[in-house]
Amino acid sequence: MAEEQKESKPPGESKKRRTTMFLVLVVITAAVSALVTALLVNIFERKQEAKNPYLRVVDVTEDTVDSAMWGSNWPREFDGYKQTVQASSTNFGGGDAHPAEKAEKEPWLTRMFAGYAFAIDYRDRRGHAYMLFDQEHTRRVTEKPQPGACLHCHASIIPAYRFVGKGDVMKGFEEVCAMPYQKAHDLLDDKGNKLISHPVGCVDCHDAKTMELRVTRPGFLVGIKAIKEHQGTKDYDVNRDATRQEMRSFVCGQCHVEYYFKGDGKTVTYPWSNGLKVEEIEKYYDDMGFTDWKHKETGAPVLKAQHPEFEMWNQGIHARSGVSCADCHMPYKREGALKISDHWVRSPLLNKSRACQQCHHYPEEEIQARADLIQQRTHTLMRRSAAALVDMLDSINDARKAGAGDEQLKAALAFHRKAQWRLDFVAAENSMGFHAPQEAARILAEAVDYARQGQISAKAAPRPATQLGK
Amino acid sequence: MRVLSARKLVALVAIALGTGLGVGLFTFTYARGLSYFSTDPRACINCHIMNDEYDSWGKSSHHATARCVDCHLPHDTIPKYIAKAENGYWHSRGFTFQDFHEPIQIKPKNSRILQNNCLKCHGDLVHDIVKGSTTDVTSVTCVHCHASVGHGPTR
Repeated sequence: MAEEQKESKPPGESKKRRTTMFLVLVVITAAVSALVTALLVNIFERKQEAKNPYLRVVDVTEDTVDSAMWGSNWPREFDGYKQTVQASSTNFGGGDAHPAEKAEKEPWLTRMFAGYAFAIDYRDRRGHAYMLFDQEHTRRVTEKPQPGACLHCHASIIPAYRFVGKGDVMKGFEEVCAMPYQKAHDLLDDKGNKLISHPVGCVDCHDAKTMELRVTRPGFLVGIKAIKEHQGTKDYDVNRDATRQEMRSFVCGQCHVEYYFKGDGKTVTYPWSNGLKVEEIEKYYDDMGFTDWKHKETGAPVLKAQHPEFEMWNQGIHARSGVSCADCHMPYKREGALKISDHWVRSPLLNKSRACQQCHHYPEEEIQARADLIQQRTHTLMRRSAAALVDMLDSINDARKAGAGDEQLKAALAFHRKAQWRLDFVAAENSMGFHAPQEAARILAEAVDYARQGQISAKAAPRPATQLGK
Repeated sequence: MRVLSARKLVALVAIALGTGLGVGLFTFTYARGLSYFSTDPRACINCHIMNDEYDSWGKSSHHATARCVDCHLPHDTIPKYIAKAENGYWHSRGFTFQDFHEPIQIKPKNSRILQNNCLKCHGDLVHDIVKGSTTDVTSVTCVHCHASVGHGPTR
């Protein structure tokens, strides 16, 4: 202002200057207040986020199998669950909307599964959202007769068990297992509504009243009791006795396990009463004389490993350190101020920052490289085991052509069963060794050994004299 | 446009500045601005990004002996306020624009501050094994192994 007074400019000039100055001041103060207000609103929004806006708008019960209903109450978790429709893949798992047959990359699978439904159709996995649809459409189910037991893990099925068992889930479970697949699949309730219409969803892991994790699958309830008894704990009730952190693995272990259909009732059973290791499960099957099918080429009584993720993880360092399935496959994430578990269940390699970096403070590239190394090594070893298995099959076939019978090939066929069980245990397990790298390598080393022993045994098998004379 | 007299202009400027100051002060109070000059660990969860760190600190071995600032800020006044200002800038920026890496990761400078603070208390005990620089990027810091003494991983 002082400067202005010194100057002697025409009144018009001074008026113009003042107006300009006034306008500039207005603009500056407006901008500053706008910015401060914007910051204020931003802080307000963040503070609102910190308030837990939980609102139970729909009443869900033990019979609500439609996860969308639960989604009205827990939209953040449901949003994640819905993401499982997305196609995703890593180096050794997954695929696009219509995943390829595994045998395209691993042709030995067709020979290993000769005479079994897995030789017809065996594709890479898709997300949880497709578990029921894919089961309905796989040629293993459409072309081969399957029991209702299959639905144990592919559908939100507990209400159906309860209905069929007239309130008794265990009884209903046994009855549905024994039904033909289609009959079980098309079960209707009193009102004529389909009982089985949704893949595994909220109600299968969460208590409808408290949201606590709980195990619902009869197969797991019985299986975990058996292994706990083997370990010396009597009368183990997983829903009563497990810790919260254990439950974060057990709910996944309800289905991601090795199982078989017991007897004519086709009851889904987890073979855990000797332990969870590959040879302990094998002993269980050997002791009861169980065979999944007779191998079409060699006639060996062989086993099919299902998807023993829970068993394999149990032998690994992550399980040893108390890290649960959910810690890596459903890691915590922040939405606003809420810490929620990511219900987009998927490979941790697709979500390395949240899944791995919480504990492993390394760049994502380093984490990926470590996983790659483990999986590449396992894969190389798996291919070696497969080559050994195929060589053994050839040798047994040759021996048969030369006239050797079951009696002469008894030892070779026993080796076939052992080798194939181990190779399949690693191949069917979804992690390419990552869940327990050393254990996977140990199992594959045994597979190679048994396959080569089987090959030697077949080559040495005595041929009938007439055949030898030719 | 009518010419504004100098007096009126001053009044208007005063009103404008006063409004700005008022909104600013309110925002500062609303955002618990003063708490950042304290040593209260709750100031670190004014925004909720560090809830996990705060919660697990409550269960850690250092809970009874060290607060956030004891490990994460220099103990001398001037470096402390420089670090406060620097972290305050990055934190408010990140929280406002929500554009930061999660899980949050410590910056190299803060890592050095942390290491120095470990030694501030434990230096006498470990001086035989930490000869020379311990804050160099290539050296192994205390928390490389003792990762959960302050606050554990989130599970």
